[in-house]
Amino acid sequence: MNKLWWGVMGTSAAVFALKYLGQSIPENYLSHPKFKSINGYIPIVLLSALIGVQTFSEKTKLMIDHRALGLGVALLALMLRAPFPIVVISAAASSALLYHFT
Amino acid sequence: MSATPRPPSYRGQTFRDSLSVSLTVGSYGAAFGAASIAAGFSVVQTSLLSLLTFSGASQFAVIGVIGAGGSAISAIATATLLGFRNGLYGLRMAPLLKVRGLRRVLAAHVTIDESTGVALSQESRGEEAMRSGFWLTGIGVFIFWNLFTLAGAFGAQAMGNPAAWGLDAAVPAAFLGLVWPRLVTNTDRFISLAAVALALVLIPISPAGLPVIATAGLAVVIGLRKKDSIPHE
Repeated sequence: MNKLWWGVMGTSAAVFALKYLGQSIPENYLSHPKFKSINGYIPIVLLSALIGVQTFSEKTKLMIDHRALGLGVALLALMLRAPFPIVVISAAASSALLYHFT
Repeated sequence: MSATPRPPSYRGQTFRDSLSVSLTVGSYGAAFGAASIAAGFSVVQTSLLSLLTFSGASQFAVIGVIGAGGSAISAIATATLLGFRNGLYGLRMAPLLKVRGLRRVLAAHVTIDESTGVALSQESRGEEAMRSGFWLTGIGVFIFWNLFTLAGAFGAQAMGNPAAWGLDAAVPAAFLGLVWPRLVTNTDRFISLAAVALALVLIPISPAGLPVIATAGLAVVIGLRKKDSIPHE
C-alpha cells in the first residue's frame, strides 16, 4: 500500500471513529470549555496553514507564482460575498490565465 | 423514518431547507474531485475519500498535505484534527436522534457541518423536524457530494496539466472558502494570519506536511489562554 492509499484509508477510519465516538459517549465528557475553545480554533489554524502551504510553496521551497493571483482573486470574491463555486472558479481561471502568459 | 404525521407546511419547509443545502454543498464535491486528481490521487481513491471519509475539510486536508509532498502520517493527523468537529456534532445530535446499532453507524457517518446545522436551524419547528432535517440533509449531501466528486474527478482527469487549468490555485481558494465563514472575531482573523505566517516560516526548515500540523499548537496555546469563555467549575 503506498502513501496515497494509507492517506485514504487512515483518514476514513479516523474520521469515522470520531463521528461514531461523538454519537456514543455521554455529552459532558468532552464539553470542558478549554477543550471546546481549542477545538474551535483548530479548523481556523489548519485551514489557514493549508492556504499558505498550497499557495506559496513547492515541496520545501517558498515561492510566489500564478497561484498567488488566484488566491487574491478568491479573497476578493469572498469579500464581495460570492458563493463558494464562484470563489473557486474565479481563482482557477485567473491563475490559469497568468500561467499561460508567463 | 417514523410515519408520525406532521403539519404539511413544516414538513415541506424542512424538506426544502434540506434539499437546497444538499444541492449547494454537494456541488462543492466537484471542486474536491478535481483537486484530488490534481494532487495525484486516482479516481477510485478520490471517490473512496468522499464515500468513506465524507467530511469536506478533512478530505481537502489529506489531498492537500499529500499533494504538497507530505507523509501519510501528517496527512492523517491533520485530517483527524479537523474531524474532531464531527465528534462534537455527534455529542449534540445523539440525544436528539436516540439511535442504536446500524442506524447509529449511519447517523455517525452523516454527522457533518451541514446535517447538524440544518437540524439546529429547525429548532423552532420541534424535535421531529430537527430529526428530519438531520437525516434529509445528511443523506442528501452524501448523495450529491459523491456524484459531484465523481464528475469533478473525471473532468480533471480529462484536462491533464492541473496548473494549465488553474486547479493548483483552486485548492487554496477552496480552503479559503472553507475558513472564511469561521473568521468572525478579530481574534479569529489574527489567529488565521498567524497560522499562515507560522506555516510559511516552517516550510523551508521542516519536512512537507509538518508546517500544517504544527499550527495546531497555535490553537492549543490560544485556546488555553482564552479566559473569558471559561466559567469556574
